Amino acid sequence: MLGRTAASLFWMSRYMERAENVARLTEVGYRSALTPDSGGGHRGDWQSVLQAAGCLDGFEARGFPLTADAARDYLLFDRDNPSSVMSCIEIARNNARSVRTAVTREMWEALNSTWNEFAALAPGAVGPARLPEILDWIRQRTALFRGATIGTLLRDEGYHFSQIGAYLERADNTARILKMKYSVLLPSSSGEINDRSAYQWETILRSVSAHSSYRHFYQESYRPHHIAEFLVLRQEMPRSLRHCCDLICESLRHLVVLTEGGHPCVALADQRFGGLCNMKVEQIMTSGLGAFLDGFINDTGELANAIGAEFHFL
Amino acid sequence: MLKKEAYAVGASANAFDEMLDSDGNPRAPYRALAAWLTAQNGSDIRQKQQEADTMFRRLGITFAVYGDAAASERLIPFDMIPRVLAAAEWRFLERGIQQRVRALNAFLYDIYHQQEIIRAGVVPGHMIAGNAAYLPEMMGFDPPRNIYAHIIGTDIVRTGDGGFFVLEDNLRTPSGVSYMLENREAMMRLFPELFAGHLVAPIEQYPDMLRQTLESVAPADCDGDPTLAVLTPGTFNSAYFEHAFLADQMGVELVTGSDLMIEDGALYMRTIRGRERVHVLYRRIDDAYIDPLNFNPDSMLGVPGLFDLYRAGKVTLVNAPGTGIADDKAIYAYVPEIIQFYTGEKPILNNVPTMRCAIPEECAQVLANLQDLVVKEVHGSGGYGMLIGPHATKVELRRFAGLIAANPANYIAQPTLALSTCPAFVGSGTGLGIGPRHVDLRPFVLVGDRIRVTPGGLTRVALKKGSLVVNSSQGGGTKDTWVLED
Repeated sequence: MLGRTAASLFWMSRYMERAENVARLTEVGYRSALTPDSGGGHRGDWQSVLQAAGCLDGFEARGFPLTADAARDYLLFDRDNPSSVMSCIEIARNNARSVRTAVTREMWEALNSTWNEFAALAPGAVGPARLPEILDWIRQRTALFRGATIGTLLRDEGYHFSQIGAYLERADNTARILKMKYSVLLPSSSGEINDRSAYQWETILRSVSAHSSYRHFYQESYRPHHIAEFLVLRQEMPRSLRHCCDLICESLRHLVVLTEGGHPCVALADQRFGGLCNMKVEQIMTSGLGAFLDGFINDTGELANAIGAEFHFL
Repeated sequence: MLKKEAYAVGASANAFDEMLDSDGNPRAPYRALAAWLTAQNGSDIRQKQQEADTMFRRLGITFAVYGDAAASERLIPFDMIPRVLAAAEWRFLERGIQQRVRALNAFLYDIYHQQEIIRAGVVPGHMIAGNAAYLPEMMGFDPPRNIYAHIIGTDIVRTGDGGFFVLEDNLRTPSGVSYMLENREAMMRLFPELFAGHLVAPIEQYPDMLRQTLESVAPADCDGDPTLAVLTPGTFNSAYFEHAFLADQMGVELVTGSDLMIEDGALYMRTIRGRERVHVLYRRIDDAYIDPLNFNPDSMLGVPGLFDLYRAGKVTLVNAPGTGIADDKAIYAYVPEIIQFYTGEKPILNNVPTMRCAIPEECAQVLANLQDLVVKEVHGSGGYGMLIGPHATKVELRRFAGLIAANPANYIAQPTLALSTCPAFVGSGTGLGIGPRHVDLRPFVLVGDRIRVTPGGLTRVALKKGSLVVNSSQGGGTKDTWVLED
């Protein structure tokens, strides 16, 4: 397999994962704008949504007032925003197009028809009324692409590069959401749980589509250290750091076998992420959730660079 | 019922209609299809047209239009009525094409070696030496199996009395084969009942045949199975879809220049395991761009030193550099003589009669009949520098007469051809109907350990009523092409 092909498969899946995450974050912003705040208006959480999506600096650089419409358009449609859903789908498609021989017809059709249909949407035509429908559609289309990948792609190197791209993105996304909100998970000085914090916890879980699976899993109402545990350490939770890292390490081990080579990046991944399976959430909370997340985000970046260099991504 | 445009007496009365004879009765190969067409209704056909459109768009079967950023990926219109050739018609074409490509490869070998044909006075030497497509760097080199043109598209037209003529040989990097294959796929999905009622010769073996052809010309220094790759200029090339399609169908890597490197006297591609040797490169990049060290120094598409490696027998380039000398418009006029010279046989397929302005008597004839002729610049392509006499104004005719007189060797002239017509779906909505439209045919030929011709080829159709221009950039479309088995 060409190094360029491996790189394109990695980025294709990474950007499709990002498209899904940005859509989910947009949904969080949309819901919060419908929820009353204590001041008699609506909450409106677009600033933190933009921040979690990594889009706040880009948005502010344009100098537009932060309205719901502006934030939504920037997150979904703006081609100048490299993380907008439009850009993500387009970059994913361009990567797939440049390695058409390495993706299956089902994957290409899922990606290409998503791009065709999304590019045909006029942003102005998507008012608040159609927003939930569009966000649902994006999630369905990204799920279709993932399903096509899992269901049709040969389990050779290409599959594993695609998996690594998707799970690095997902791990990074979950870590960034937690980082943005982690302060609300820290024990408050008064120890009292108010409405506002319960709402914030719900928001965190919704950002990773985990609000109902949390209840199934813990059989209890929200407790901050369980939320942290769920998102960081539980391998049952498909968007947790642990789950993503397990799959990244597994794919890396497959790659070592398939390419018959020794790769330092595998040792790096084991060294940085291997500890997640023995860790207790109390340890993390005691030594500082914020510092832990900073370290994790840094580690995923380092690993992505090492993989690119060792497998000749160009 | 579908509306029928006045058919037998159609848009150009002097053109040969492939479906109906002069009495308006279906010809033998079209009998079942004509009956089927009569039974169709507009709403079913409209629905099938939509299905076809969705199918092609989803597969990403598009072509890029240069300089049109907004619509940089377009679909080539697909007409759902197949073009049908009888078994006997095809056997004739196939024999003619085989003879032609054998002779053209022999011509290329001769031109790049002893040049017997020039010494025999059949082709004038200055037509070779002064030709931009002639590569002196190829002199004396023996390509594997002495084959230069491995992948060929021969453009064929059918004229007034139903006779076939070769309009052009494409020996450089002919395209269109992916449309041929996908058109068939689409037709089999849309109209399975038509295939049940006809014995249509299959074409899906093309990628296998291409692979066998490429493997059969591996360089001598390759022991074991050769590694093949398709070299593309990249996603912005108008035929990128086809490059990717062919690599995929053959199960080989699709590479760009930056994926390739030359080390230790061999060609390698950069893979996730490091380098891997490449033995045969099906390059879809023009001669001038394959190697910036030997040819165009500004090329970003090729690999520096690739040509030296080719000459050293370390890699095979398909097609060979320098094949353009055999499909040049000035040489085209000599192909009948070329066939006779190398095969000792009379040409099976005729050329369109061509007058060479380089020869004074023929030039005088051209100047005297300019208003009836098509005049082409010898090195032009894509309709540039061309005069269509019957459609030209007096001023244009006078201007061209001047140009020809000033530089006669630069021009050839041909009669205006009445291309044959085939039925096509025309109009839309309730106006949907069937009408005759002009077509040409590009069969695809592979030359390696043997000559392989895929039955049929790509039929291009001018979808504008009365138009003779089948190019996709001018609103032309394509059709599935059926060769019926006996």
